[in-house]
Amino acid sequence: MQDLGRPGYAHLGISASGAADALSLRAGNLLAGNAEGAPALEMTLAGGTFEFEAEAVVALTGADFETSVSMWRAVDVRPGEQVRCGHARSGARCYLCVRGGIDVPLVLGSASTHLLTGLGGWEGRALRKGDVLPIGTTVENPQPPAKGLSGRAGEGASGRTGRLRHDALRVTRGPQAEWFDFEAFCRAEYQVSEDSDRMGLRLRGPALTPHAGHMLTEGVTLGAVQVPPDGQPIILFVEHQTTGGYPKIANVISADFHALGQLRPRDILRFEEASMDAARALLREQEEWLHALV
Amino acid sequence: MSQSPGLRFVDASDRSLLIVLGDEITLAAHQDVVRLTPLLRAAPSVINVHPAYASILVDFDPLAVTHGDLERAAVELDTRPAVLVPEPRMVEIPVRYGGEDGPDLEDVAALNGLTPEQVVGIHAGAEYLVYFLGFSPGFPYLGGMPESIATPRLAAPRRRVPAGSVAIGGKQTGVYPVASPGGWRIIGRTPLALFQPDRDPPVLLRMGDHVTFVPVSKGDF
Repeated sequence: MQDLGRPGYAHLGISASGAADALSLRAGNLLAGNAEGAPALEMTLAGGTFEFEAEAVVALTGADFETSVSMWRAVDVRPGEQVRCGHARSGARCYLCVRGGIDVPLVLGSASTHLLTGLGGWEGRALRKGDVLPIGTTVENPQPPAKGLSGRAGEGASGRTGRLRHDALRVTRGPQAEWFDFEAFCRAEYQVSEDSDRMGLRLRGPALTPHAGHMLTEGVTLGAVQVPPDGQPIILFVEHQTTGGYPKIANVISADFHALGQLRPRDILRFEEASMDAARALLREQEEWLHALV
Repeated sequence: MSQSPGLRFVDASDRSLLIVLGDEITLAAHQDVVRLTPLLRAAPSVINVHPAYASILVDFDPLAVTHGDLERAAVELDTRPAVLVPEPRMVEIPVRYGGEDGPDLEDVAALNGLTPEQVVGIHAGAEYLVYFLGFSPGFPYLGGMPESIATPRLAAPRRRVPAGSVAIGGKQTGVYPVASPGGWRIIGRTPLALFQPDRDPPVLLRMGDHVTFVPVSKGDF
C-alpha cells in the first residue's frame, strides 16, 4: 500500500516514505477520479491477480506489467472480475488505483507502508495472497473524462514517466560536491545493484574518492547521492534515513524522482548536471503535464 | 536574539536547504538548533525539517517558495526569542543490562579492560543530552558517554537488533526504538516503548532532553 507518504515527522527520525514513482501513482488516481494522494497498490517488478467483489473503476499506471486491462486509463471492472498484472517488461513499478481509494487505517496521517520498520499500509507489510482490502468511498472527481489516455497517448504517458532521457539522471551538486571530481562522476557509468530497495539504490561503478573532508551527521533528503567509504554511491530513496554521516556528491532533481522508482537491478545509468533553475522549470513542466491528464 | 556568528546556507537539492549553524558539536550550536527547529517547522511551504548536531535541513515545496525565500525566512526567524522551545526534561530509561538483553556487554568490558559491572556503572552513571532524533523513528543521538567504555562497532552488523536495545557504537551510545539492522554493541535492553505510532506524540524523547539510564532487573517490570 502506498500514497504520497507522511511528511512532517523527519525531526522525529520518521522518514516520509510514499510511492516509489509518485508521478505514476498521482496520475492513476486522477484518472480513477480520486484525489492525487489516495491510497493505492504499488507493485515492484511483478504484480498479481486482483479480484473485485463489486463493480469498480480502476486505473493502472507506471511501467508495462503485461496487464489484463489497458493501462493509463479509467477502466470499468465488473463484480467478480479479475485484473491480472504480470511481470514488468521494462521499468520496475506499476500502480493499481481504485475509484474511492483503498481504505486502510492511516498511521501518522498516511496509508504509506514503511517496510523497514513495519509501519503503516496493510499491516506494515507487503500484500499476500488471500488479503482482502476494503475499497473506500472518497471520490474527488465523480466525472473524470471517459477518454483517459489510450493507445498512442497512453504510450506517450508511460514514455513520459519512467524512462530516463539518454539513460541519464539529472542532478544538482550536493553539499559535499567539492570533495570529489564532479566531472569524472558525470562521465562514469554505474549499474544498479540487486541490493537496491526502497531505502536506497546501490550503484556499482568507478569508486568515488573524496580528496577533502570532515563532516558531522546532518539531514539528508530524497535523491541524495551518498558516498560511503567504499566509494560506491547510493541514491537515497523513499524510505531513507532522515540523517546521515556520509558525504553527498549530488542530488537527483525532483522531476527525475519518478525515474528512480522505475530503475531495475542491472540497469546502467549516468549522471548529468542540471542547474537549480533548470530543475525547477522541469518540475513545473511535469506538474503541468500531470494536471492536463484530466 | 541570535547567539550564533551567523547562518550559512547550502542548496542541498532543488527542494531542500541546509542551514549550517556551526562546524563542531557544541552546546551553543545545539541550542541554536533547538531554538530554530520549531520555528522552521511552522514556516509556510516547509514540508520536513531534519535537525542535526549543528545544522537543520529544510525540505520545502519548490513550486511555492525558492531557496532564497527560505534563507530570508531563516534569517528573520533567527532574530526571534526561543518561544516555541519546550522545557528540557530529565528522562530516566530503565535498562536490563547484560545477559540475553545485552549480548555484547562482556565484549565491551573485555575490550576496555573493565568488568561488566564496571561498564554498567560507567554507562548508568553518566547524564546524556539528546542532540537530535534521526536515523530511525525516535532514535536519539546522545552526547556525554564517557570514553572509557567507547567500543568499535561490530565488523559485520547484525541483521536484526531488537527494539529497545541499548547499544554502544564507537564513542556514542543510543537506544534502538524499533528493530532494525545494526552494527553497534548491544549492552542492554529497555522495556520502555520509545516509539509508538498510535501515541501522540509518537516518539517519547525530544531533542534537548537529558537522559539517564537506570539499571533494573527482570523482576522490576
